[in-house]
Amino acid sequence: MTETSNPENSRAIDFATDWQYAPAPESTAHIRLEDRYGLFINGEFVPAADGGTFATANPANGEHLADVAMAGAADVDRAVQAARAAYENVWSKLPAAERGKYIFRIARMIAERAREFAVIESMDGGKPIRESRDVDIPLASAHFFYYAGWADKLDYAFPGRRPAPMGVAGQIIPWNFPLLMAAWKIAPALAAGNTVVLKPAETTPLTALKLAELIRDAGLPEGVVNIVTGDGTTGQAIVDHPGIDKIAFTGSTAVGKHIQQSLAGTDRHYTLELGGKAANIVFEDAPVDQAVEGIVNGIFFNQGHVCCAGSRLLVSEAIAPLVLDKLKERMETLIVGDPLDKNTDIGAINSRAQLDKIEHYIRLGQEEGATVYQPGTAVPDSGYFCRPTLFTDVTQSHRVVQDEIFGPVLAVQTFRTVDEAVSKANNSRYGLSGGVWTDKGSRIFRVTGALRAGVVWANTFNKFDPTSPFGGYKESGVGREGGLHGLSAYLHLAGGDAS
Amino acid sequence: MSHAAHSFEVGVLPDLATVSTVDAVGVEERAARFRTRSIKRDSKVAALKLALSMIDLTTLEGRDTPARVRQLCYKARHLHDAMEGLPQVAAVCVYPTLVGVAKKALGDSGINVASVATAFPSGQSNLQVRLDDTRYAVSEGADEVDMVISRGAFLAGDYERVFDEIVEIRKACGNAHLKVILETGELETLDNVRRASMLAMAAGAHFIKTSTGKVQPASTMPVTLVMLQAIRDFYQATGVRVGMKPAGGISKAKLAIQYLVMLRETLGAEWLNPDWFRFGASSLANDILMQLVKQESGAYQSPDYFSND
Amino acid sequence: MSASTGDARIDVMKTYKLYIGGKFPRTESGRYYVVNDADGKAMANASLASRKDFREAVRAARGAQAGWAGASAYLRGQILYRCAEMLAGRAAQFESELVAMGADATSASKEVADAVDLLVYYAGWCDKVTQVFSSVNPVSSSHFNFSLPEPTGVVGAIAPAEQPLLGLVAQVSPALSGGNACVALAAEERPLCAISFAEVVHSSDVPAGVLNVLTGSPAELAEHFGSHMDVNAVVYAGADPELAKAIAAAAAGNVKRVVLRSSQDDEPSPYHILDTQEIKTTWHPIER
Repeated sequence: MTETSNPENSRAIDFATDWQYAPAPESTAHIRLEDRYGLFINGEFVPAADGGTFATANPANGEHLADVAMAGAADVDRAVQAARAAYENVWSKLPAAERGKYIFRIARMIAERAREFAVIESMDGGKPIRESRDVDIPLASAHFFYYAGWADKLDYAFPGRRPAPMGVAGQIIPWNFPLLMAAWKIAPALAAGNTVVLKPAETTPLTALKLAELIRDAGLPEGVVNIVTGDGTTGQAIVDHPGIDKIAFTGSTAVGKHIQQSLAGTDRHYTLELGGKAANIVFEDAPVDQAVEGIVNGIFFNQGHVCCAGSRLLVSEAIAPLVLDKLKERMETLIVGDPLDKNTDIGAINSRAQLDKIEHYIRLGQEEGATVYQPGTAVPDSGYFCRPTLFTDVTQSHRVVQDEIFGPVLAVQTFRTVDEAVSKANNSRYGLSGGVWTDKGSRIFRVTGALRAGVVWANTFNKFDPTSPFGGYKESGVGREGGLHGLSAYLHLAGGDAS
Repeated sequence: MSHAAHSFEVGVLPDLATVSTVDAVGVEERAARFRTRSIKRDSKVAALKLALSMIDLTTLEGRDTPARVRQLCYKARHLHDAMEGLPQVAAVCVYPTLVGVAKKALGDSGINVASVATAFPSGQSNLQVRLDDTRYAVSEGADEVDMVISRGAFLAGDYERVFDEIVEIRKACGNAHLKVILETGELETLDNVRRASMLAMAAGAHFIKTSTGKVQPASTMPVTLVMLQAIRDFYQATGVRVGMKPAGGISKAKLAIQYLVMLRETLGAEWLNPDWFRFGASSLANDILMQLVKQESGAYQSPDYFSND
Repeated sequence: MSASTGDARIDVMKTYKLYIGGKFPRTESGRYYVVNDADGKAMANASLASRKDFREAVRAARGAQAGWAGASAYLRGQILYRCAEMLAGRAAQFESELVAMGADATSASKEVADAVDLLVYYAGWCDKVTQVFSSVNPVSSSHFNFSLPEPTGVVGAIAPAEQPLLGLVAQVSPALSGGNACVALAAEERPLCAISFAEVVHSSDVPAGVLNVLTGSPAELAEHFGSHMDVNAVVYAGADPELAKAIAAAAAGNVKRVVLRSSQDDEPSPYHILDTQEIKTTWHPIER
């Protein structure tokens, strides 16, 4: 069954106020986009060898934004050769402090062009401008700034070891945080002394290409950063290229497994940031209103296109009705719509394919007997949009509880004891993140310690910082990005151990 | 502590240990989110007029005189005659000795007279004196009484005393509406703000109010959010609706609009009017007027063109 | 098998079995293989462990892992140190086993001493790895944020052919030191001291299931080490690149951590502990 409101609650808050927010679209007047973008190889934009291109569009309205070169194996090879030459001849010979200064420069220039990046990010990917403006772009700049400072301090990071760069890093990133993921990949790689070949996602290539322009303008030596746009075949060409020393991938677990398998028997290193199905656990003594806010932020941030999303709510039976009432009420105030409107809370689903997948799971949940709840929120008629959605009456056996949906869909279960909560939380192939809400300090440490997940938020959720390592246990990935621990993904740690 | 909210009842001191806790950082994040709402054009004009209509135009100084209060009352009735379609403020708020002056000056305008009472702002007198203070203000014609709670007793854990005093003062108010000032700047924690809100509502407050304006910090968005959420939870537990008055520190139109966004997204339509929400402020009105004229004319305004009564 | 001569008493021969869940069972398969001495003469029958034995060992390891990880680092250190003590006390037995399997006396003696020292080394790391490799991260928001290493879980470890005692200890002790439970596959040709090492472990208060030792064929079992969905990491210290590739490919089935370690790399290092650790980061708000 589908509920669309909560009529039995006569004391429900009525959010249908006379006073409404007028549209507040972010201006696109100052945005500079080319009609056509080439591949960024060896410091210049060049067409694909076979001249292939693909279109990138705005998922909120279908508007064509630009044509982008489709890199094939020959183009990837060209990029790898450029990266190799830059590594051998320039980047590895540069004093570490000077390397750092280039990276600092990138950080600063992103901050200077932040508004343009934010608007393009929202146009190309569908995320709300509030998030690209307040989260993605500032964090991308901060990530470069953080790792820039590491460039000449690597000797202090790994006691007893002499760190050395790996060489050429091949990096493949997803469409959910396009510029931020580029920053997560490029910044530590460069700081550690590597050169890179990076492939942005097929549906969101534009901010990576704008970053290429910025890197060119920053005067980075040619070939240190190469950006090749394309689809899965381009990614496969990177994975398969023998001239690449290290693969860094963020994306689905299925593709991650394929990459791990492809690299078996080679001496190429890899780190993988994959899927998740995080449990957000709310105990009966939680600060309830902040927990509800954390649940909302956990699953509806970035349309739920977040690998560490809190997509499973585990709530104590003792307060489940209260939490659910408050959650449903809170969902009434979420604004779904134009990603460029400054008041939008939930923007466009990134692509038709992703919307199909989410809708498939919403149907599947109903077929599995789950109760679906969606607020009465207005949703635009055209473009790819999805109402925030709750599943109740589900168990660990439901597919919608087990599978990563990667959309604004939350599966709600209850528990009675701490052990039951932890056991349900860990009963998953994934182990990327988790949340714990309780007022009791000793319980926080018990539960955060027991969760088999790489990032655990206690009395908060979906917080990110360049200094904070991020990455998963189990099928959520291998290795960490961010912080001191993220450096090791791009360094050989030669012996000479002090022991 | 399941459904702690259901244990509330008007006239009964709630067990404050069962009131759910508050995470201060989470409250600040939520409050900051309201500030990112972008209110433009017609929506902004409507918000500014709504905010004007919610103002308790306030003067609470030892040097207040009948003449000063009469100026303020005239201002309350004639905010900016050069502009048409402006609402009146909701009330004029003064000390008890000036209630009679204000009552007369406001006449049949429909603008209420609110009086602080109960040994405002500290409340440090015996209950009898505070009750007499209240009865005096009401006898002078106050439509609304703004009392202060005994913060010392609250912090000392003597909730029963704080509760009983509010009950007594509510009785002394007769038909006048009672606003209970928590003086959140002295309560130290948001947990205390939430508990004190529940206590005051259960004791019969018509409104709960953040601050006297004499203690820093006065009203903040996080504090007000915690109180709005307490009002919502109390309403959902009891069916009793209580109003909210942030006071002190709200002098800019932009901030007032952000409070209205927070009000709208927390308590919705029923509270989004002067019957259930007030701003305690002295200089807010003129800033709103400047913004309204700017919206109409397109030109940024100078204070020289707005009376400073 | 060595025969008795004349009227001397008859030797009591040792039966080498598997070590699973704190017990010494024979392989469920009933299979065996003959271990020869340096002269090529049959010396012992080793159990030829099957994939079902491996499955049982993983089950035992999974059951024991949380308790081992949950024990205090101090206690884990004491227990590993106890292993070193017990190994040292039985040095002569291990030396003679190594010699019987082909080592010369000097290298056998050194190998045992090195294994003891390695255990002492990793025993000492138990309560230091967290300190040395953790961080408090100065995030910009009002949160306390820290990262620390935790055991990845169940580790499969395949020992190198060389130095059958030291090679095994070098693979399992860093994993155990970090709180993992282990299923180890002994050097195929020279497995005897691995089972004897299990006896050392067994008598050193290591909880049942924390270390499990199999003897048998890497060619047969490696794929299962790689593919078992309840194994979190696999350490391969053998020299066969095809086997290494097969393990790595199969490991993708559940995104196992794959550690390919050179058989020569018995250099003591906390980085070997980190090979089977996960970094967990925890956030909590700080009131301003």
